[in-house]
Amino acid sequence: MTTELFTGAEMVVKSLSALKVKYIFGYPGGSVLDIYDAIFQQDEIEHILVRHEQAATHMADGYARATGKVGVVLATSGPGATNCVTGIATAYMDSIPMVVLAGQVATSLIGNDAFQETDIIGCTRPIIKHSFSCRSLADIPDAITKAFYLASTGRPGPVVIELPKDVLIPQNTGPFNIETNIKMRSYNPNIKGHAKQIKKAVQSITKAKKLIIYSGGGIILSNASQLLTTLVETLKVPITNTLMGLGGISGTHKQFVGMLGMHGSLEANKCMANADVILALGARFDDRVTNNVEKFCPNATIIHVDIDPTSISKTINAHIPVVGLVDVVMQQLLDELNAIHFSPDEEALTQWWQQINGWRDVNSISYEQDENEKIKPQRVIEVLYKITQGDAYVCSDVGQHQMFAAQYYPFAKPRQWINSGGAGTMGFGLPAAMGVKLAFPDKHVICITGDGSIQMNIQELSTCSQYKLPVVIVTLNNRSLGMVRQWQDMVYGGRHSSSYMESLPDFIKISEAYGHVGIKIDTLDELEDKLTEAFNIKDRLVFVDVLVDEKEHVYPMQIRTGAIDEMWLKKGVKS
Amino acid sequence: MRRILSILMENEPGSLSRIVGLFSQRAFNIESLTVAPTDDNSLSRMTIGTSGDDKVLEQIVKQVNKLIDVIKIIDITDKKHIERELLLVKVAAMNDITRTEVKRLTDIFRGNIVDIGKHVYTVQLTGNAEKLNAFIDALQHETQILESARSGCVGMTRGDNALRV
Repeated sequence: MTTELFTGAEMVVKSLSALKVKYIFGYPGGSVLDIYDAIFQQDEIEHILVRHEQAATHMADGYARATGKVGVVLATSGPGATNCVTGIATAYMDSIPMVVLAGQVATSLIGNDAFQETDIIGCTRPIIKHSFSCRSLADIPDAITKAFYLASTGRPGPVVIELPKDVLIPQNTGPFNIETNIKMRSYNPNIKGHAKQIKKAVQSITKAKKLIIYSGGGIILSNASQLLTTLVETLKVPITNTLMGLGGISGTHKQFVGMLGMHGSLEANKCMANADVILALGARFDDRVTNNVEKFCPNATIIHVDIDPTSISKTINAHIPVVGLVDVVMQQLLDELNAIHFSPDEEALTQWWQQINGWRDVNSISYEQDENEKIKPQRVIEVLYKITQGDAYVCSDVGQHQMFAAQYYPFAKPRQWINSGGAGTMGFGLPAAMGVKLAFPDKHVICITGDGSIQMNIQELSTCSQYKLPVVIVTLNNRSLGMVRQWQDMVYGGRHSSSYMESLPDFIKISEAYGHVGIKIDTLDELEDKLTEAFNIKDRLVFVDVLVDEKEHVYPMQIRTGAIDEMWLKKGVKS
Repeated sequence: MRRILSILMENEPGSLSRIVGLFSQRAFNIESLTVAPTDDNSLSRMTIGTSGDDKVLEQIVKQVNKLIDVIKIIDITDKKHIERELLLVKVAAMNDITRTEVKRLTDIFRGNIVDIGKHVYTVQLTGNAEKLNAFIDALQHETQILESARSGCVGMTRGDNALRV
């Protein structure tokens, strides 16, 4: 019997098939033409042709965030690969499983400044979980299976694989062997929390009079929201979510006190500041949460559960660190609570909730809409929530609209809220929404964006036409870079340096030119009807351009260098 | 405070650059760095001399450990350990007095003269950083140092424990 021989390009595709990949997001070019040829000759994997490689990474990212699967990107060497850098950084900051296959010039040319040569391994080194360079045929299946394993286990993240042209070409063939059961001696993420730490944590939880659960993106990534809800309801304490953790518990749950941090609710930040114990679950005390670390919750005992030891005690010292997968650790905590026949301290809880309800009464997530004035951006989000009955995938770009969406659209489920939290990448929203729509064609998928952000990847309207991706784009158009402008108003004496958008295009005409439907909204009385109309068009992309009040600021907002709960509630009003 | 970290890692292309990149990316100090394959050729052993307060050190150890290629890292500073560095130093040896004095110093420090030229001696010395510094100071009083190269320290804990896979 003769062994069947394959080219490297065929091995790439066969490996991806073996890993049950359905979609590759990419853009062809010289060094990867052999892979494109191999893709052409099979029908298990569909390639989605974007218009810019950055969008391929965000599309794969959105797909990964919504499905929990690994997003796969394919780009050519040189500029194709470097165009992926922003998307890789975005995925890295939010711990999203992604594998990027990047072409490279032939191994004999590497280092010669060859045409379309860039050291992509070097370029991406600080923003990846790991990377591989395939220098022989046998490396290919090995690198791809390891990349998927690394990308999707432990703390997930992007993995880059460099594929030089000469290992892909037809002249070079070899037998195909793939081992999908991966073991690496240098990589063994800690799954279970240390038993002693679990006991300590539970002791601290049972003694607490003012406990708050602070949960982040780790809950979403490890599909732990049900377990989180059980834990929250067992302890009967308040819970707050980070921007990345929204949907970890239902946004309408009565124990949910809202998002915390820079634009979080007053009650969430007050709970943190006044807590005697903080149970942090899959969150990393980001600087957009803590505000001034010197003033951060001085009286709280901090229990920090995270899969990544580097996240623990990086910015805020943890008194009880627990390294492990957050779902596994939460089950351990629940088991231990059961074992000691835990019953909540009702008296302490009553007092704690009385205090919290006092903060809730301030109604910090609120705005004023004069019925005859310009549309307030917050109102648009509220109407979107109403029309979609809270059941849409909401993909956001970066800026004021992102914060309004986080504040005014209570997410019922995990993976429903998709945004670039860590990196804050403008241009993320549309391609991410496209990735989500591809995965869930029957669901409402909204891209909430601004007139600045949408123009950072607007070329993808063309991809949407090609693959029939009828997302609903809602642009909160304030004719300026709203968040920049807000800071300039608050910190830079109102000097609007380069934060206004002159000569905005006619977004309606642009969408129509790409074959989509455009709807413009500029008065409050037509807002709900026209948005409803947009969602009734199921088979075409609708671009809704909503002209909103350009003077609106995002409130509440933490006061710079203050404690976590020192906030501006509105213009000139402090907490 | 100065710390010595011993690292055992996969001997893969790019492993070294990942470590160096990590230190620069996160603004950690590297005072010295040595690396070479071990008796098991699939592994590299690295010794890094660094400095920082406890919080920084904790992050350095965790961040290095997080690199996929890294198998083990230990901070040997506070353990009983052996620390060695190699110095090669080329000094001017123009006349008998200087030559005698350099030879005498080399003997005192238990070094070796490993090469001679018309007017130069090249001395090899091993020891910890303090000893090497003292030797260099002593040489400078007697003659002119023309060139010097230090390997950076390598280290290992004393006793039965071994840093292995």
